[in-house]
Amino acid sequence: MKKAPVNRIIPFSNVDGPGNRTSIFFQGCTFHCLFCHNPETMTCCRSCGICLSYCPVKALRKKDGKIVWDSEACVQCDTCLKVCPHFSSPRVTWMTVEDVLNQIRRAMPYIDGITTSGGDCTLYPSFLAELFTAVKQQGKTCLIDANGAYDFASDPALMDVCDGVMLDVKAVEPSWHRELVSFDVEPVLRNLDYLLSVGKLQEVRTVILPNRDRENSETVQFVSQRIGGRCPYKIIRYRPFGVRPEYRRIMGEEETDPVYAESFVLLAREKGASEAFMV
Amino acid sequence: MSEALRIIQDPTLTYRQELVGLARLGESTDDSLRYSDAYYAAKEKGALCDLNEGKMPFRPRYICPDYDLLFEKGCDFLQLDPPKDLLEAVNVLEIFYCHVPSITTYPVYLGDLDRLLEPFVIRENRAYAKKVLSLFLRNIDRVQTDSFVHADIGPEDSVTGRLLLELTEEMQLAIPNLTLRYDPEKTSDDFALACVRCMLKTAKPSFANHRMFVEEWGSRYAIASCYNGLSIGGGGYTLPRMRLYECALDAKDPEDFIANVLPTYIDLQLEYMDKRVRFIVEESSFFKTNFLVTEGFVKRENFIGMFGVVGLAECCNHLLGIDDVKKGFGLNPEATALGRKIMDAIEKRVSAHVAPYCDAFDHHYRLHAQVGIDTDGMDDSPGTRIPIGAEPCMLDQLEVNEQFHPYFPTGTGDIFKFEETYVKTPEAVLPIIKASLGRGLRYFSGYLENNDVVRVTGYLVKKSEIEKLRQKKQSLNQVTLYGMGAQDGGHALDRRVQHHEESAGK
Repeated sequence: MKKAPVNRIIPFSNVDGPGNRTSIFFQGCTFHCLFCHNPETMTCCRSCGICLSYCPVKALRKKDGKIVWDSEACVQCDTCLKVCPHFSSPRVTWMTVEDVLNQIRRAMPYIDGITTSGGDCTLYPSFLAELFTAVKQQGKTCLIDANGAYDFASDPALMDVCDGVMLDVKAVEPSWHRELVSFDVEPVLRNLDYLLSVGKLQEVRTVILPNRDRENSETVQFVSQRIGGRCPYKIIRYRPFGVRPEYRRIMGEEETDPVYAESFVLLAREKGASEAFMV
Repeated sequence: MSEALRIIQDPTLTYRQELVGLARLGESTDDSLRYSDAYYAAKEKGALCDLNEGKMPFRPRYICPDYDLLFEKGCDFLQLDPPKDLLEAVNVLEIFYCHVPSITTYPVYLGDLDRLLEPFVIRENRAYAKKVLSLFLRNIDRVQTDSFVHADIGPEDSVTGRLLLELTEEMQLAIPNLTLRYDPEKTSDDFALACVRCMLKTAKPSFANHRMFVEEWGSRYAIASCYNGLSIGGGGYTLPRMRLYECALDAKDPEDFIANVLPTYIDLQLEYMDKRVRFIVEESSFFKTNFLVTEGFVKRENFIGMFGVVGLAECCNHLLGIDDVKKGFGLNPEATALGRKIMDAIEKRVSAHVAPYCDAFDHHYRLHAQVGIDTDGMDDSPGTRIPIGAEPCMLDQLEVNEQFHPYFPTGTGDIFKFEETYVKTPEAVLPIIKASLGRGLRYFSGYLENNDVVRVTGYLVKKSEIEKLRQKKQSLNQVTLYGMGAQDGGHALDRRVQHHEESAGK
């Protein structure tokens, strides 16, 4: 049985694509973003056990060398996430496609579809293809929320059952992209073009950082010229909430000023992205 | 100090509120309508509650006049001809409303406003029609100063419906309460979305399960007061309620409760209702001389008695010895299943009772999930709702509601409080409402956490008006006081907020 690590499932979400959607967050990420506000989703637990002694309600223990999480006892204080040196979480469940389907079954009548996210859910492409096939049989749509590392063009089986991809373009200048996310920008931009060409670019998102005029402008201009009015362009403000302290020192303690961010919405529209908006 | 002196010296009461208070006091001086000693004992210990309906019922509690008849024939008593244009139509309604009695002294049902006014609205240009409707709504808000005043729209889209939504949003008024009668085949997604958008900005309209109500009442039903299902051209005689938690205090265990305690209290409440209904029909003058009756705007046979319950959650939790509400009714399958057993028992016994003067409903009363009153505190949650502070995620809460809403033809509902981002995503709310109505939900209300107009248990108040009362100033809306009490005693505005959660990982 194919299994994938699931961080959590939110039955109803209004911010992960159009309509009401169930969001499924997978664990593990190819990127390592400085401004990540869910850094505990970056890697899979390596059972080092450091978190065990910190849990105030003893909801974590070690069994057969693996960390076991007691969801009943857990009080969601997030201490384990804060102390994890590996950007991981012990509160992850390895699930089969059937497990996931069972979990989302009750939400099905109320939702327009599902969105898989992460971490980076495209670490598990064949799992997604199987999940999407089953969900689509029930008349619901399936969206991927992706960082753009995965080569979608190489996976027609997945693209057949995927209704759209919400793609992050965090930066376009190669060295800045690498510095920001520890990964090359080239596959992201290749995906941008590919998804546009097959009509499966659901939306593009860019986080506007404080005091990064040149980088912000370059990214917004590039994306806007590429996508034009063909899909929404979501301009997101950087918020320090959830960001690791050591990265907050680099990225800043202040959230991006809304007026400043709004200026990039205007820039985006000027450069052709007619559906640019800020959240 | 005498109660009369207290009323006339209360700085927060308006003249009209004093008058109503004094009238209630006067009504309470006559004890000739008597009940059994057992009834009084049950009332004394708080197991039964008459919702301060008054000792001398001189009118039915809720009246839903047939406004179609008014527009067709006019009204002799009020010397009103059938309206010929929009101005006349709203003027006729404004006058008529002032003469419709109720427990609150204000009309609890204003009519299916879109359907009634549409023929007049479409003959005018839009701007003019909107101006007239805005003055009409202002008149209602300033003259019918009570949040239990309720208007209905839908299920079909209409110019008038759209104008009423636009004005509701622009004017931000707590009065009237508003309901969309939603039918998936008759209500377009576009109109329903406009209603969701309006609801997120003004806490109204609520969504009523049109199909469910039509099945029970026929097409001529009204949603009145909080969320009460009643017949148009009729209404509700009386609405007492069993306070199920207090009832449960008498029981040894769940079996004893269902077998012995429950039937005793049900029968006492039925005794109260029978006597009261008979009195209203046989003794008071309403059904003999009031113009609403003599001219046919209401018919006695279209009235019904409403059998109310509150506090099912606390009742179940008590019977099962559950102290932590977060592990109780609505979150604990055993407690929820007990709730169904109790409701089945209540439904069975009430529907076996032959009720006087309920001709159009096979001579039976119908159940009502009473929404609570300000003095309930945290002892009894409204109807069958999950207690404030224990609400699970929205999906779980809806599923529990879907199990219990079918029991209550004369009304029930739940309230969902949404966080800011939902204003921009009404299309994320509509599928939830549609699915849940399709699965047995009767009535859905929502509001945004930061609005001034908010829904307290079942009615609308302005937070800014509650603030006025706290500063010992008067509030024109006589329901603001209940809102303050419900918030102070029952934390009614602290319903769980439906948050989107931050997307992870990016």
